[in-house]
Parts: sequence; structure tokens; C-alpha cells
Amino acid sequence: MKLSDRAEEILEAMWIAIAEEGADFAEPERIGIDIGDHSYKELTGLALIEIKEGHIYFRHEGREEGRKTIRRHRLAERLIMDVLMIRGEEGDEKACEFEHLLKEGVDTKICTMLNHPSTCPHGKLIPPGDCCHEARKSGDLGVLPLTEFKPKEEVEIVFIQTDDDKKMQKLMAMGVMPGNRMVLLQTFPSYIFRIGFSEFAIDSNMAREIFVRRLQ
Amino acid sequence: MALFNRKKTCHASQSGSTSCKKTVALVGNPNVGKSVLFNVLTGAYVTVSNYPGTSVEVSRGVTAIDGQQFEIVDTPGMYSLLTITEEERVAREILLKESPDIVIHVLDARNLERMLPMTLQLIEAELPVILVVNIMDEAERMGLKIDIPLLSRKLGIPVIGAAAAKKKGIQEIRRNIANFHREGNVRFIYNKRLENDIEGIAGLLKGDYRISRKSLALLLLQRDDEINGLVKDTEGTYPALEEKVKETIFERRTSFHQDLSMERRRIVKGLIKEVFSAPDKMKITLKEKLSRLTVRPITGVPILLVVLYFGLYKFVGVFGAGTLVDLVEQKLFEGFFNPWITGVVKNLVPWEVIQELFVGEYGVITLGIRYAIGIILPIVATFFLFFSILEDSGYFPRLALLVDRLFKHIGLTGRAVIPMVLGFGCDTMATMVTRTLETTRERILATLLLALAIPCSAQLGVILAILSKAKGALLVWTVCMVLIFIVVGFLAAKVLPGETPVFYMELPPMRLPQLSNILTKTYTRMQWYFLEILPLFILISVLLWIGKITHLFEKVVDLMKPVMASIGLPKETAVAFIFGFFRRDYGAAGLYDLQSKGILGVRQLTVAAVTLTIFIPCVAQFLIMKKERGLKTALLIAGFVSVMAYASGYLLNEFLLVTGIL
Repeated sequence: MKLSDRAEEILEAMWIAIAEEGADFAEPERIGIDIGDHSYKELTGLALIEIKEGHIYFRHEGREEGRKTIRRHRLAERLIMDVLMIRGEEGDEKACEFEHLLKEGVDTKICTMLNHPSTCPHGKLIPPGDCCHEARKSGDLGVLPLTEFKPKEEVEIVFIQTDDDKKMQKLMAMGVMPGNRMVLLQTFPSYIFRIGFSEFAIDSNMAREIFVRRLQ
Repeated sequence: MALFNRKKTCHASQSGSTSCKKTVALVGNPNVGKSVLFNVLTGAYVTVSNYPGTSVEVSRGVTAIDGQQFEIVDTPGMYSLLTITEEERVAREILLKESPDIVIHVLDARNLERMLPMTLQLIEAELPVILVVNIMDEAERMGLKIDIPLLSRKLGIPVIGAAAAKKKGIQEIRRNIANFHREGNVRFIYNKRLENDIEGIAGLLKGDYRISRKSLALLLLQRDDEINGLVKDTEGTYPALEEKVKETIFERRTSFHQDLSMERRRIVKGLIKEVFSAPDKMKITLKEKLSRLTVRPITGVPILLVVLYFGLYKFVGVFGAGTLVDLVEQKLFEGFFNPWITGVVKNLVPWEVIQELFVGEYGVITLGIRYAIGIILPIVATFFLFFSILEDSGYFPRLALLVDRLFKHIGLTGRAVIPMVLGFGCDTMATMVTRTLETTRERILATLLLALAIPCSAQLGVILAILSKAKGALLVWTVCMVLIFIVVGFLAAKVLPGETPVFYMELPPMRLPQLSNILTKTYTRMQWYFLEILPLFILISVLLWIGKITHLFEKVVDLMKPVMASIGLPKETAVAFIFGFFRRDYGAAGLYDLQSKGILGVRQLTVAAVTLTIFIPCVAQFLIMKKERGLKTALLIAGFVSVMAYASGYLLNEFLLVTGIL
């Protein structure tokens, strides 16, 4: 289903008003898009919404579409703010433009890359997609910072997220680089891990920057 | 920097001799047994000295093989040619400046895969490399198999399997040193893109260097400032090169370090295929179990307390400062040596003034030498012995990770625990060691805390001896010092700008310390310490003597009377404080005298001990502070410390008077 950007914004606003805030219907004034806007026609034409006496209601398919749209919007926010590090108003704007691209499986890929986040940077829920359910079922925790693991777990290093060259160098010297395996030995008061036959201790600031995946 | 230029004649070695001895440098990661191998190769004739302009120790020794002389240099541990720490810089400088005839890379057989990238770098730099795969015995016990001849063929350099601690493989190493000749180096090829980047830079390097252009290009691309400076000085057409380097760095900005490491790892993986095999299951050894116990808070903290109680309190405090001092100072000096030497001097020298200089109240022999040998030496000796045992057992890195979280609150990382513990031995030496901390901020904080709240072993020993006789006094003193350490550390970390430092450390396997190693270390440290203090003690004695015969001393003591009185102390204590200006331990020893004479009460002793502990660091420490941190910082710290000392003494005295605890 190919919707205009405006129509998607209407669906998002409706989702927030109806699904999250518990209203029965949404009002054009609250949505911020005038009732005369042709996007409403677009949505009624596709049988996604109904408009009665200036009140806008979801139809069954419309509700589902709203859910997916809000999910794309909040995934875009996560991507823009967490990975691309664009924050504040600019981040909001960019996310609004970006969300419209997350279709046809792109959203699934981004969601997996972000390790199926459950909330947006503002703390609102991201409705789970099929990929999230599947990940949950398989019990795969995906790529997480080292801080999220328990002692005795064996992990594979996936990437290192730091902008500090010196830190990167230190980690490389310890053999902490993508593809290598390590066994976590202890997490408090410092992180201790073994790579090969050597043991190292690092603090939580450094552990937070090492992203790993658990080996089965 | 002509030093870096290639010349193949006999060169002056660091010691200044210009003989035609060939030089052999031992390089490699920390804790791979370089020093053990060094000791086995060189035997007794070893000099340990700080590398010029640094606090990093470098050992040099000589060995003869088939009648030929070789100078062996034991370089500090290094992980990579791209240096981070001062130790690594020194090691690299030895490779570059002294251009050794043979470079022996020592690595740990158990960590072959992790350490081989360094071998690659050395080969890539076109240095004359021999590889020693050390600790083979342990590796074999773990069931690891390493095909040494195959590795040698693949690397194109001599490779020797050894167990230096068991003296295995030594003959083969010696034979290889004597018969060393360069073979056509095997070239390791990175992926095309990386090779192109390297070629782009290396092609512009026209000067004569001691390491290969490929290595230089890689170091330039990794933004090595030192190499950048060297290239700048050597190359005529630097701007074009600089432009190219900048451009390539920018193109590869997102992941150059990582790409390079991954490429090296890929090459190493290829190398060790068929060379290295490990059993599926690893046994957990007893040492590892012990290691686990020391790092888990629930068992680690009790172990730490046990170590401190038996090591510091029982061994250094009670045995060193009690039993040994009693024996040497009381029995040997006071009971035997002093009366005898006094008699001798009085017979030889008729003038009373000169007699006073040697054997009087502040005599060079009866005070200076007695303090140095009778009181300070036994304490310092026991402390350094204790410290060396801890150091050799591999306990310090474990202690560091245990306290890292706590140290973060005072702006330091666990790494700082080593200078702090060493401070309990000698604050001056510890202030030098603060160099190993990474940021200037950490160094300043550590320097301040050492000057303020860490009593050195001599002081500690004497204070323990004085205060342990009065119930509760030791407790009050301990609480005061801990409180000041925490409060000042916490506030200083808040006030001083800068980021929280990061902590990372390799945990070498725990091992049983080797007696010969410990004794050598203790001896070296004591020698340094003794040469440091003895002249000062003699100087102070002479100054005090001058002060006494000119009556200047009494005037100063009188002048300090109101200051002393304000913290509730009799004017005699001023003498100890004046001693303390030169050396804190000397001051503490002065208190010891006062206490023996029964001049001070318990409250007064406690106040005096606290004030003196915080009080100005000894002259030697101040000089090192100035050298390491600059005059301004040193003066600020000294000023702050003096004010703190007086204020704490005043408050403690008032507090004790009001509450009547002591």
C-alpha cells in the first residue's frame, strides 16, 4: 500500500489519540491537518478510515496500517538519534522525513540492526513487528553491549562503538576485535574477560562500547 | 634527528662505550618472560637504569657466545609498534635509535595468536628478528601443540621454542644469536586497498630510515605524532607527503585501526593454521582458582585485608619497625656503636664544637647515620621486600581491578593503586611512578594524594611504633588519614576539570614469586632509596649542627612556639617538625625520640603524628614533584598540604579536648 506522506502523518496522529490515549476517534484540529485536505479522501478511498460528523474513526485495516506507520516513525527516530547521533529538533525533523523510506522490508532490517527496540527515544512504545516476535521466540538476544551479559557466557565480538582512537587501539591490542571470541568471567567490580589464553580487566565505560553476540 | 638514520658501523651503546659489541634487544608484550630470559642470558653483570629522560627502567647486560661479546638490552613491554604508554615509547626508541643488530621477539606460547601480529610488525619494519616462543612448558601442559619449524618457514625468520624459567631452549637461542644472518624476508600482503594506501605514502618517502617505508607509512596513517615529526625532519618535500597522508587518513577515517588489525589477524590466522592446535577442553588450574578468588569482591576484599594485615602491619610494622629497629637502633647503635664512636671521636678531636658535629645531639654519626641505618633502613627494607613479592606474584593488576570503582570517585582508575601502595614505601619513588598514569589530571590527583595522605614506610613504621603503645591513638590517626584521603580526593576530583579516565589492564597469570627476582628488585630499590636519603640525612645533621652552634635553631624553635601551642604541642615538637621539612621520616623519627623521653602525652602524640603525616612532603619528594608536575603545581600542592596539615592538627586537637576521647 503506497500512501502519501501526509496520509501517513494522519494515521500516526490517529494512532496516538485512539490506540495510546484511549479516545474513540480523532479530530482534525488535534491532528493539525485541516479536514478539507485531500489526504483524508485518500484514506477513506482506501477504506482505512471513516469520517462521521467531523470525527475520524479507524476502520480495521486502517488501525493496522496506523500501527505499522507509528512503528516506522519510531524506528526512524531510534536510527537517527542513536546511530546517526542527530538529536534535538533536527533529529525529530530528519526522523519525520526518514520514516517514509522504511518500507518493503527495510523496516525489518533496521529493526533487526537496532536489535528490536521496544521504545522510541522519547520513551513511547514501538509496536513490535513480525521480526520482533520471531527474535523473541528464538531466544536470540542479538547484538548487545558486553555489559548486558553474565559471567561464564561466551560471546563473539560484533563491533566496537567508540570515537576514541586510543581506546580502539587498546582494545585491538587486547584482541578485542570483530570476529574474535571472548569468555566473560566477571562483571563486578570490573569486567574481566578471557580472549585466547589471556585475561583482561576493563571498566564499565569500556565494556559499554563493545558490542557482542552470544554464542550458543 | 640524525639518530634515526641508517648507519651500519659500530655505534656507541647507551653506556657510552664504543666497543664493537653487537647489540641484542629483547622485545615483546609484558609478562612473557623477557626479564627471565634476560637474566638467564646475561648472568650477573647487569645494570638497571632509567631510560634517559624517563622513569622507565631498562636493564642491560653482556654475554659472550663463542668468544664474541653481545650487549643484551631488556626493553619495557610493548604491544605494538604504534605506542600508547611511555614504556612502549621507550621500547620503540631503543629499536629505532640504538638499531640493535638482532631483535629477539619473545612471546607467550599460550597466546601465540594474539601476539604474532607484533612479530608481523617487526618483520614488516625489516628489523633483524628472531622469534622466541617462550613458556612452552606451560603450553605443553595445557595440551597446546606448536610446530616451531613450520612457523619458522612460514615467517622466514629463526623461531625457537623455549621455557626460559626452566632454562630450556637457551642454548639454541645463544646459537642463533651467534650465527644470525638475515634471510630474505617473507612479505605479508594486506588487502589491495590497504596496500594501495600504503604504497601511496611509502612512494613519497625518500629519506633514509631505520625501519621500512611500509612500516613508516602505516604509522603515519595511524597518526603517530612522533613518526610524523621524524618524517617531517627527514623529508625535504614534506608538504606533498603531508597532504597525501591527510587525504588518506580522511578517506579511511571510520575504521582504519580496525581494518588494519583485522588484516593482521587474517594473516596470523593463515600463519598458525597447521602450526597451532589446542585441545577442546581446558582444565582450570589451581593458580586460576586462586586468581578468581582475588578478584571477586566477596573473597578478594578479605584476601586484601589479610595481605595488608600480615604484609604491612605484621611484617613491615611489627617486625621491621619493631623488632628490627629495636635490634639495630637500640641494641647496636645506642648500646654499642654510639658510645664507642663517641669515645673515639672525643679522643681524636679536642674541640667540643667539632665533636658535636659528629657525635653530638644532632651529630652526623649519632643522629644522621643512626636514623638512616638504625630506624629507616630496616623499615624500608622490609617494605620493599613485601612490595616486590606482591609485584612478582601478579597481585597488583587484580588489586587494581578490585578498587577501580572506588578510585573512580577520586578521579583515578584502579591503575593508580600501584603508585599508591608504593607510596607506603616511599612517596618520592611513588611520585615518579605516577607517570604511568594516562592523563595529566590523574597524575596531578595522585601526586596530591601521595603528598598529603599517604605516609611512607619509614614514617608509618615509626608512627605505628609510637602510637601502638597508646590505646585508641592509632585508631584516631588511621581514621583521620582515611578521612582526609577520601574527602580531599573526592573534592579534588570535582574541582579539577577533565574527563573520567578509562581503566583497562591485562591480568597476567598468578605465579609463585622467584626468590632471586625478588631479592634483585628489593636490592635495586633499596640502593636507590639509600643513595637518595643518606646524603640528605647527613646534610640535615650538618644544618642542625650549624643551627645549634649559632643558636639560630633555638630561635626558630622559639618562633614556632605559638604555632605549636595553638595545636596543643610543646615547643620541643618544633624540632621534629623542622626535621620533617627535610624528610617526613626524619621528622617521625624525631617524634620517636620525644616519645621515648616522655615529653608528649597521648593526645599530643596523636595530634603531632597526624599533623606530621599530612605535613609537607620531604625535600626529595618536593623536588620530584617539581620535576614531574612543574614548579607551579608543586608549589600549589605544597602550599595546600601545609595549610591542611595545620588545620587538621588544630581541629583534631580541639576535637580531642572537647570530647576527651584520648
